Amino acid sequence: MDHDSFSVGYLVSLIIFTGTYALFSLGLNLQWGFTGLINFGHIAFMTVGAYTTILLSLAQVPLILATLMGAGVAALLGLLIGFSTLRLREDYLAIVTIGVSEVVRLIALNEEWLTRGPRGVYGYPLPLEGFRPTLLSKGVMIAIWTVIFAIAFWQLGQWVSRKLKQNAKLQQVTTENEFTPIERSRPIGKLVLAGMAAILGLVLYGAGAASLFNYDYKAGLMLVLVIVLALIFWRLEWLVRSPWGRVLKAIREDEEVAKALGKNVFWYKLQSLMLGGAIAGLAGAFYAWNLSFVNPDGFIPLITFQAWTIVVLGGAGNNVGTPLGAAIFWGYNTITRFALEDNRLLDASRAGAFRIMVIGLLLMILMVWRPQGILGKKEELTLGR
Amino acid sequence: MVDSAAHQPDSSPDNSALDPLANVQNQDLAEVLAEVENVSPSPALELPLLAAGGLIKNFGGIRAVDHASIEVAPGSITGLIGPNGAGKTTLFNLLSSFIRPDQGRVLFDGEPIQHLQPYQIAQRGMVRTFQVARVLSRLSVLENMLLAAQQQTGEKFWSAWFLPKQIAKEEKELRERAMAILQSVGLAHMAHEYAGALSGGQRKLLEMARALMTRPKLILLDEPAAGVNPTLINQICDHIVNWNKEGMTFLIIEHNMDVIMSLCDRVWVLAEGRNLAVGTPGEIQTNPQVLEAYLGQ
Repeated sequence: MDHDSFSVGYLVSLIIFTGTYALFSLGLNLQWGFTGLINFGHIAFMTVGAYTTILLSLAQVPLILATLMGAGVAALLGLLIGFSTLRLREDYLAIVTIGVSEVVRLIALNEEWLTRGPRGVYGYPLPLEGFRPTLLSKGVMIAIWTVIFAIAFWQLGQWVSRKLKQNAKLQQVTTENEFTPIERSRPIGKLVLAGMAAILGLVLYGAGAASLFNYDYKAGLMLVLVIVLALIFWRLEWLVRSPWGRVLKAIREDEEVAKALGKNVFWYKLQSLMLGGAIAGLAGAFYAWNLSFVNPDGFIPLITFQAWTIVVLGGAGNNVGTPLGAAIFWGYNTITRFALEDNRLLDASRAGAFRIMVIGLLLMILMVWRPQGILGKKEELTLGR
Repeated sequence: MVDSAAHQPDSSPDNSALDPLANVQNQDLAEVLAEVENVSPSPALELPLLAAGGLIKNFGGIRAVDHASIEVAPGSITGLIGPNGAGKTTLFNLLSSFIRPDQGRVLFDGEPIQHLQPYQIAQRGMVRTFQVARVLSRLSVLENMLLAAQQQTGEKFWSAWFLPKQIAKEEKELRERAMAILQSVGLAHMAHEYAGALSGGQRKLLEMARALMTRPKLILLDEPAAGVNPTLINQICDHIVNWNKEGMTFLIIEHNMDVIMSLCDRVWVLAEGRNLAVGTPGEIQTNPQVLEAYLGQ
């Protein structure tokens, strides 16, 4: 974020950060939101993915292959962690993962022959680096951009109409029987949320299209990232709605029941950990490409907890909530950055700490007011076990 | 059973020439049956679906199960009773491999299963329920049922990606089967509600329906009537009798003697981790040792 003013370039940069974090958090959402695995070391997957990708591509491995191998090595890390801990109780996994993430970071810091340690890695190949688009290819890119946003808007419309229908149905039920213990949902809140998402979507669409027209490297990266994010999101949604996803949710609810019904719980947990890890590894590649300089300081445990914030904010076990949470997180980050700039009360470092403090406060308020997250289902919290 | 147990070692030389594995299994079976026979002097006449012999399980210094044996004849409803703390649920856990025995063997369908994982045992057709009904709260009742079906293509990661048509077809069939079972237990109207919204009695029904959905050979029910009102108990009993008539085998832990007496063909009594008695419900009711164990002296 090296632009000072609020420009199209800044918005593009913001889209890249949001997209990277959304991708990263989708992996965590699969592990925790759907499978119930408490992973406090998610950043380890990102570190491994980022370093594998950039180091391999520096060694002349084609970029796509290097990226896939980055995701693959991150998945292997999941296999390693899983094999050693998944047979143990949940809290052990939490402890081991946070330990692994620090081990990975310290290896990156100290194995200078491999990672150049604190001096960091730079000058690695970037996607679409030498790409100079013609008018035609710009048109194609903008068309792809338009298609992705059109699908997103269409889905949003579907969601709104579904909610309105549900609401009409609920009203009917509640008038028939006033003691029906179903919470009346408020369509106003949903409509406001949808309206805000639509406005935000239009702004982002416009900024993205404009930046693609005035093409620079970041615009290309943004397009690639959004395509990858859309693909991963689509496949994840497909997966969690499949019988495979049903087994994951069953494990989240009660793994003894899943075992008693003939499901190989260990194997499914391992798959979830590995797939979530691979997605985080992929996010790591985008993280590195966006910064174009990587050193171990970029992979501190804080980022894991930012991903947790995003998942909780959006609603655990909801794939739509995760990108939404990422957008809110980065939106907050940006707005407070501008709002607190050049104020007389707080100097830069105090302002930074203050912003994080407010995040904590907001999370607490959210947990009281809407513990299921923004898109979570309230009914789910009132269920007995 | 006396015959089969005595004959098998005799016939083993022939078998071993053809199939050495069959021989080992038969030996296992013969040994376990011998253990069972020690406890139960007048065993059934056919090969048991489930047989366990000499099971021992220690928890720290406490021996929860002490040389317990049990046998379930195919097509039967077998009862397992005993005072609180007799080790019934532990025995259930041993049979279904949720806990590993320190000693002893479990044979299901003639094959040793005590070394298998719980999910493998469920896959072989022996499914259990829990003492306190466990439902998957944030899944719908129907999803609870669908989950239980075995060998689903869509549960394999790569198939879930690449075989959407086959999965859709399977899901449709499973839905129909699940709805039919839910209909029979009177939960069809709840199919799309969260399972966590069910009442205690409905959870018991769902658990049994879910067990049935796995297409098992044997269902282990841990206190199906506990905490359930009398009307629902009657319903549950009716379901068990009906399913039994359709060929399902049951092993039931229950404290409610009316349920045990009306349902079971054969009852095993456990006290302090040991076999105390075995017989028909009538025999058990009048057995002085059993009365003593329940009522004290």
